[in-house]
Amino acid sequence: MRRQSVPIVVIALATIGVAFFVLPLLGLVLRAPWGNAARSLSEPETLEALKLSLVASLSATGIALVLGVPMAWIYARLEFPGRAVLRALTTLPMVLPPVVGGIALLLAFGRRGLLGSWLDTTFGITLPFTTAGVIMAETFVAMPFLILTVEAGLRSMDRRYEEAARTLGASRWRVFAQVTLPLIGPSLFAGAVLCWARALGEFGATITFAGNFPGITQTMPLAVYLLLETNPEASFVLSLVLLLISLLVLIGLRHRWLGTA
Amino acid sequence: MHRRTSFVMVAATFLAACGSTGGTAASPSATPLSGTISVFAAASLTDSFKALGTAFQAAHSGATVQFNFAGTPTLVTQIEQGAQADVLASADTTNMDKLKGDGFTVGTPQVFAHNQLQIVVAPGNPKGITGLADLAKPGVIYISEAATVPAGKYSLQALAKASVTVTPKSLETDVKSVVSKIELGEADAGIVYTTDVKAAGSKVHGVAVPDAYNVVATYPLVAVKGTKNADLANAFIAFVLSSAGQSTLESFGFLHA
Repeated sequence: MRRQSVPIVVIALATIGVAFFVLPLLGLVLRAPWGNAARSLSEPETLEALKLSLVASLSATGIALVLGVPMAWIYARLEFPGRAVLRALTTLPMVLPPVVGGIALLLAFGRRGLLGSWLDTTFGITLPFTTAGVIMAETFVAMPFLILTVEAGLRSMDRRYEEAARTLGASRWRVFAQVTLPLIGPSLFAGAVLCWARALGEFGATITFAGNFPGITQTMPLAVYLLLETNPEASFVLSLVLLLISLLVLIGLRHRWLGTA
Repeated sequence: MHRRTSFVMVAATFLAACGSTGGTAASPSATPLSGTISVFAAASLTDSFKALGTAFQAAHSGATVQFNFAGTPTLVTQIEQGAQADVLASADTTNMDKLKGDGFTVGTPQVFAHNQLQIVVAPGNPKGITGLADLAKPGVIYISEAATVPAGKYSLQALAKASVTVTPKSLETDVKSVVSKIELGEADAGIVYTTDVKAAGSKVHGVAVPDAYNVVATYPLVAVKGTKNADLANAFIAFVLSSAGQSTLESFGFLHA
């Protein structure tokens, strides 16, 4: 390939841009108390937050798979009026400020919310201040990543395999489960990992909708935020853990999201 | 929500502070006060300090006061991490002592107000809460502030004095989010300042905490080291302590310093 000559201005601006991203990460890595990292991570409050974060983010990913894959399939395969609007509505949390998402969740599923008041009076179920509330907030914010990724996978797959299976007499469900799903495996995996990473990092919707209590609703990002005031070093260590996970996710999915370079 | 706004405000005050230094550098000291200061104030001071800021700006037409409201420990962290602040108004002496001990203050912090605790409940008090002991009743969703926030610490002190053991459903990051969750109906009761109940008006109801259990919160304020406009910062502090400033604070329910 012919080497392009790049104007110096472009290089200078790009360098500033790169530094803008790299410096904060560098700050975190340099300021983190590496010597105390193990101790900070093994403190009960940290462990509790870590455990809750894993449980909640994995549950959110599970729910997103169960509900999101059918949604993606419908968006990819069915032509119906309002499809674009519906897709926009259900992927809105990707661009919505998470706090707004949290307020919206309160107004729908809170004790006085549209559905929440019925849940409360009929079953005595209230979702705010519970781990279930955390999972809902994380699912709300993270599921769109899975939906869009899986939809893209469904659109780009070769549908002749499905047609062949149908011709050979397989039921619609069997085609979906045994042909379609394996074919979109990579998208499914990528979508689930992205969704999980987003759920793990969720802050705004969680603290707004589910509140903050150690062991019940205090996930890692919430602990990071509160620890900054009492134990900054532990907060740096937890930040670093979240940073490493995000980095691993991006590196693992680099062929999908960052090109093949 | 508060976190997001406070970051925006920090950024805004920072930019404003950068812009103002060039303009004021050449002014002789005899001219009227001008420029911009940013005041970092405890969340419980939100309404009263906005009013004080407006009154101060009316008295000094060249001056602009910008505010960053958040839980006091958040403000202290922001200042210690390099946020450009000129004045800190804290909701307790502990956080103020920390800032002073770490060398981020100029001069001695001065007490400008006191506050007391009240139980905040929904209008009409549907759960029939009459005192601290009722917070532990089954079926009552009680929320509090994190113990790092002064109000959270005071709540624990009041509950201990009344020998009430209750586990909050959530530890919110400041008093205002406790009030808003009561307003929204998500929680039944919380302990906040008298002034927060007053500020929320008819949207919530306050239940008195008896003096025997109540805690008197002390609010000190101080100029922050590295202020680019010490004259204006000190003028604002003097204004808060003046009789005009004090009567404004009293109109919001604060007790006289």
